[in-house]
Amino acid sequence: MNQREKERYLRDYAILKSQGKPFFPYAVAKDSAMAALVLAVIITLSIVLGAELGPKADPTTTTYVPRPEWYFFFLFEVLRVVRPPEFVPFATIGVPTLCMILLFLLPFYDRSPERRPERRPIATAAGIITIAAMAYLTYMGANAGSPNAVDMKPPSSLTGAALTQWNAGRLVVGQSGCLACHRIGENGNDGPGPQLTHVASRLPAAAIAQTLRNPTAPMPSFQSLADSQPEKFRNLVAFLGQLR
Amino acid sequence: MPRLKFPAPPIPPAFQPKPKRPGTGNGKVKPADQAAEAGIHVVDWIDERTSLSGGLRWLMFRKVPRGTNWFYTLGSATLFAFLSQAVTGVFLAMFYDPSATHAYESVRYITNEAFLGQFVRGMHRWGSTVMVILVFLHMARTFFFGAYKYPRELNWVIGVVLLILTMTMAFTGYLLPFDQRSYWATIVGVNINGTGPLIGPYLSDFLRAGPEFGALTLSRFYSIHMLLVPGLIAALIGAHLYLVAKLGTTAPPWIEAEEDPAAELHKAEV
Ligand code: HEC
Ligand code: HEM
Repeated sequence: MNQREKERYLRDYAILKSQGKPFFPYAVAKDSAMAALVLAVIITLSIVLGAELGPKADPTTTTYVPRPEWYFFFLFEVLRVVRPPEFVPFATIGVPTLCMILLFLLPFYDRSPERRPERRPIATAAGIITIAAMAYLTYMGANAGSPNAVDMKPPSSLTGAALTQWNAGRLVVGQSGCLACHRIGENGNDGPGPQLTHVASRLPAAAIAQTLRNPTAPMPSFQSLADSQPEKFRNLVAFLGQLR
Repeated sequence: MPRLKFPAPPIPPAFQPKPKRPGTGNGKVKPADQAAEAGIHVVDWIDERTSLSGGLRWLMFRKVPRGTNWFYTLGSATLFAFLSQAVTGVFLAMFYDPSATHAYESVRYITNEAFLGQFVRGMHRWGSTVMVILVFLHMARTFFFGAYKYPRELNWVIGVVLLILTMTMAFTGYLLPFDQRSYWATIVGVNINGTGPLIGPYLSDFLRAGPEFGALTLSRFYSIHMLLVPGLIAALIGAHLYLVAKLGTTAPPWIEAEEDPAAELHKAEV
């Protein structure tokens, strides 16, 4: 932007600003509405999804598959896909550092006075491609064998309501973090808890429910789940009761 | 008589309070009026010694340009998410114990026993997700609107630092519950840092508080997570918002500046 373009921008901006409305109360009202929405979303997420706590950190386990928080999935995916060791540092540190530097210096190399997205095709395209790439990597990272989903086929004898309940229970197992300590079929870790793949042939459903309410440490108690969401708890027990 | 007078709020005339008709109320002063008077006196007292009112007026009654829309609330929504993290974080810090032996127990206590503990922990945990999403949306908004161009380059640069600091918060906070997930993910994260060029090894030694992941690592992460980075973020948000108020927010790029039609007409007549 040369001096003339700068002055032109400032003049146009002064006009637009003088035709605007005062920050208080107009912008403040919108901002407050948005803040209320943000608070509502956070509270809803907290109530619905809660805060799980897996088993205590144990430096001696070797089978544990580390999972980052979802917004680092894209990095995780890069790490997973890039195999040759000499490329790994380049992919995990080099590329993000480069992206950060490009982002940092953006106002210093994009100096055209144009602001409308449709008249800045390179910038707009670069932005959209970046978003698409991040979304794709995050999606791939999220689906790379999520440790929180129990991936297995229902017993063929189940139909109708029983099948629905089985599936609902399968989801509860995933949400409750059981796989951090137990193996169910192909999913989860080998310890510290015993395999649950055939737990129903060892324990009747009532005993399983009793274990969930009143387990031996280090397994956490799921009494609070039974109290607050009895429906979920019943589904959970029904699912475990089918693991023969 | 108070010296402070606020400009009338811009609400439709029908809703504006009507001035009292002279001769009503028999000149009696109602308690409500007295309370309002006392309040104004306190404000006056403070203002006489600080002259804050000028700054507040500059901040609150500056105009936002024509065409400002809901996309412009993303920045303040991020700010709000940050404040929510700060408040819930204070409550978590009351119970949290950053030692390798007690950290897990204290988080278990928060989750299962402390009053509303699981709820507050959930708010902090999901609040971080919400804040990260909002930072990215806000950045996308300023990018596509070309808001990083003259004269707001510096605000963009401060914003990028805020983005990095926000991600640092997410990374250091993840270790604190000290369960398997957080432990192993953090080991991987620190090791990735260590492969970086030049400062990489030093950075990961700094994070681990030594060459090995040890007893001091957790307290180091904790102090980074709850003192160092939030302090930096708060200071930089201050600078960011000062520039926003000083320079004004952009108008949406597709809004053309045209002189007020009434003013044009007026010029033509003269
Ligand atoms: C913190 C790790 C941990 C988590 C999380 C966990 N468990 Fe356990 N669980 C254990 C351990 C350890 C045992 C063995 C306890 C014992 O020695 O009696 C166990 C035992 C059990 C048993 C009894 C198995 C048997 O053969 O006696 C069942 C059933 C069970 N868990 C189900 C679950 C379910 C369902 C979940 C998720 C809702 C879950 N567990 C979550 C650690 C865990
Ligand atoms: C902690 C994180 C952040 C907070 C609390 C924050 C807050 C705000 C607020 C309240 C505004 C006023 C206008 C609006 O809401 O759109 C603003 C404007 C702005 N922000 Fe941020 N921001 C943050 C991060 C970022 C990031 C990551 C960037 C980009 C890299 C950025 C770049 C900008 C720019 C360029 C403006 C001027 C926009 C305009 O004038 O239209 N900010 N910020």
